[in-house]
Amino acid sequence: MAALTPEGPMAQLTPPAVAAGPVSGPGRRRRIRVWRGAILAIAAVYFLVPLIASFTFTVKAPEQDFSLDAYGQIFTTEGFGQSLLLSIGLGVATIAVVLLLTLPAMLAVRLRVPKMKPIMEIVCTLPLVVPPITFVAGINTVLQFGPDYLASTPFYQTIFAIQDENFPVVLVLAYVILALPFVYRSLDAGLGAIDVRTLVEAARNLGASWPHLIFRVIVPNLRSSLASASFLTLALVLGEFTIASLLHFQTFPVWIYTISGSQAQVSVAVSVFSLLITWLLLLVLSSAGARQRSGS
Amino acid sequence: MNGAKVELRGLRRNFSGTAALDGLDLTIESGELIALLGPSGCGKTTALRCVAGFEQPDEGTVLVDGKDITRVPANKRDAGMVFQSYSLFPNLNIRDNVAFGLRVRKVPAAKRHARAQELLELIGLPHIGGRFPHQLSGGQQQRVALARALALEPRVLLLDEPLSALDAKVRVSLREEIRRLQLSLGITTIFVTHDQEEALSMADRVAVLRAGRLEQVADPATLYDRPATPFVAEFVGTMNRVPGRIDGNQVAVLGQTLPVDGDLPGTPDVDVLIRPEAVRLTPDAEAEGMVLVSSFRGSTAQLRVQLGDIEVLADVPGHDSVRLAPGTRVRIELVERPVLVSASSGATAASAKTPVPEHDVV
Repeated sequence: MAALTPEGPMAQLTPPAVAAGPVSGPGRRRRIRVWRGAILAIAAVYFLVPLIASFTFTVKAPEQDFSLDAYGQIFTTEGFGQSLLLSIGLGVATIAVVLLLTLPAMLAVRLRVPKMKPIMEIVCTLPLVVPPITFVAGINTVLQFGPDYLASTPFYQTIFAIQDENFPVVLVLAYVILALPFVYRSLDAGLGAIDVRTLVEAARNLGASWPHLIFRVIVPNLRSSLASASFLTLALVLGEFTIASLLHFQTFPVWIYTISGSQAQVSVAVSVFSLLITWLLLLVLSSAGARQRSGS
Repeated sequence: MNGAKVELRGLRRNFSGTAALDGLDLTIESGELIALLGPSGCGKTTALRCVAGFEQPDEGTVLVDGKDITRVPANKRDAGMVFQSYSLFPNLNIRDNVAFGLRVRKVPAAKRHARAQELLELIGLPHIGGRFPHQLSGGQQQRVALARALALEPRVLLLDEPLSALDAKVRVSLREEIRRLQLSLGITTIFVTHDQEEALSMADRVAVLRAGRLEQVADPATLYDRPATPFVAEFVGTMNRVPGRIDGNQVAVLGQTLPVDGDLPGTPDVDVLIRPEAVRLTPDAEAEGMVLVSSFRGSTAQLRVQLGDIEVLADVPGHDSVRLAPGTRVRIELVERPVLVSASSGATAASAKTPVPEHDVV
């Protein structure tokens, strides 16, 4: 599942930006082309060998012929649908919350208090620095805080409600914080590419209310950066293991880990399968972004 | 479409210690085009933004037709605005951009499109409705922005340096077009600019601002010919400062005696303010003056003439520039007209921040 953690998609997203550097002279160009090929080859080996190994493992056990049974079993193994749906649900909820939280906040900072921008940047980057194990230990402590005399209060009931096994809101809250750095980065890039202040003032001048101008003016012009923020968040949630496991929730990655003890082949097959899903999402996303660039 | 009367009363606005507006009073009559002119940081844009509702004055009121709109939110005001930077919505085509305000007001689509088409014809670009902003030139984008601002038939039009991002030729043609539209619609227009030529050529009246206060408001000819203060005199057009000496109601300057216009400073030694076109040059081998530099501008040429330890700028007809080539000895003569005087330059420079420099003379 390594490729599904935040580092995975980020590593795949960065190379195009690096490759766009200036090139001069035909000799130099050829040398650069050779180097490009070499680096591509190294990267390909680095990424493909584990994938091919995983795939081989799923289709050919010792003393057995080639078979795709493991992939067929994915869908029949108990808990697959439930955990995948839970993870996707958590992902969608996290995306909704994190975007509703950051977009208005970033707009407000840009338009009203630009001096606060560095502070906001630091706050949003902080989750990268805090190790997940520390984070989850903190969450656990908070969840276990509940003196008996509070038992009948709404506070206590809230603590219980957010730990509902069918939809643990506490995970959404935790993932929102984990996703902040990625969402902040992509929205910041998107907002930097348009003249937010002028667009907002033009829309206000034409009579638009704040919700109207956010949904009709800001969001359409941030489509690709909103899409990439959403994608990064989804990838993060689909791959997050530490927090979900330590809080004992059966999300998709936790489920894969659980079945790997009894059905090793199936668990690796699921990993390969979910990697394919993630790539598919990435493709859809980048083509959506490209369509927007040519359209506007 | 009728223009509204806009009044600014005692507007004050501070930005972290510096006053962008310092008690600005200005009345803009219904249907007139007024230009707010001044150096950067004089508060002209802040004043416009107070009318648009993007800026709240710390003190003072904005009245439109006698109604106080100071606290009315920007989206409830009846004023269309064209911005300095390109402000068309990149995700909408031109037709939808122009019709944006109508869409906000839930006007049915057919009516909206008809109105957008009407406006595109008004600005002379009837065929671009389906295009996107990035496919248009800068001048076209600003015209569309103008059409968009006019779509709701506002009673006030606000122009925030809309031409400053365009190249010279487009700028001139577009300012004529804006003026033509403004006159035919009779819409009250506030035009912010730092370009004096733009202000003088377009506006009914020009308001010169300095450090958040009104320095002078007058029609372009009066502003140029009879500036109320030395600041206006030097900001609008070019001005020579030549030392002179007060004698009663007259001033002796360069061997001539001219009547004084405006206030007299307290001291007899003054700087006399003279327009370059009021300086006449005659070639004269015996004279003290000598042409140093000549910059040819086609219809006119501006000459820099040395006279003792001062330098004087003179505008002469272009065809005279050959006769008055650099190195030529010339006699200087001033046109017999009342002149403006100010305290001599040392004292003025020291008191440049106060609105009435004359009182600071030692």
